[in-house]
Amino acid sequence: MSDMDEMDDGSGIVKKFMFLNRKAPHGTVYALEGLEVVLITAAFDQDVSMVFTDDGVYQLLKGIDTKGIEVKDFSKTYRALEGYDIEKLYVDQKSMDARGLTEEDLIVDVTVLSVDEMANLMAEQDVVISF
Amino acid sequence: MPMVNIAGKEVEVDEEGYLVDLSQWNEDIAKYMAVEEKVDLTDSHWEVVNFLREYYAEYQIAPAVRVLTKAIGKKLGPEKGNNKYLYELFPYGPAKQACKIAGLPKPTGCI
Repeated sequence: MSDMDEMDDGSGIVKKFMFLNRKAPHGTVYALEGLEVVLITAAFDQDVSMVFTDDGVYQLLKGIDTKGIEVKDFSKTYRALEGYDIEKLYVDQKSMDARGLTEEDLIVDVTVLSVDEMANLMAEQDVVISF
Repeated sequence: MPMVNIAGKEVEVDEEGYLVDLSQWNEDIAKYMAVEEKVDLTDSHWEVVNFLREYYAEYQIAPAVRVLTKAIGKKLGPEKGNNKYLYELFPYGPAKQACKIAGLPKPTGCI
C-alpha cells in the first residue's frame, strides 16, 4: 500500500485515546469489558492511556480473590498490558486517598495524578471513553 | 454446547471447538484439538503450546498474535519469536490454533 492510500483511509493517523475506569471490578461488567476494549484497541497502534478513578482504583488491587463470588479474577490481566505496549496507567490521587490506598497496594506500576494534572491530561485527549 | 468424547472422557467445547473448561485440559485433549486443526504436533509445537499455557496462568488471557510473537522472542529467542516460524508451525494462525490446542479461549479481539 502506498503512503497516499494510507492517508486516504486514515490508517496512518494516531489519536490519543483515554480509557476512564470508574467502577469496582466486580458487580457490573464495566471493568472487564473496558479492559477487553483496551486490549483490542492496542492492535490499532494508537496512543492509549488508562485512568483509574473513583471505585475504579479497586480494579488494580493486589491480592483480589473472587472465589467467593464465583467470577473470573482478571486482575492479573492488567499486568499483561505492558506486553500490549499500553504503559500509560494513571490513578487519581484523591480516589486513592479516600480509600486508604497507596501505589504499593496496586498490582501494576502507575502514575498518581492530582486533580489538576488529571484535568490537563484529559484536555489533551482526542477521545475519552468512560467505563 | 456440544460435547465431544476425547480418550474416553466427555468434554464440553464451544461452537468453534474451543475447550470450555480449561481445567479439564490434558495431553489427550491437545492431541485431539491438533487433529481437528490438521496440525502434526512436534516438540516445537509443544513448546509454543506450553508457553501459551504459562502465559495464561500468569495473565489470565490468551494473547493476541503480535503479543505472543514478541513474548516468545523474549523467552525463546528471535529465531522463534517471528511470524515466519510461528506460521510454519500453525498455518491458520499461531494464536488461534495454538490456543485451541492449549485449551485456552480464543484470543481477545481475534475474529
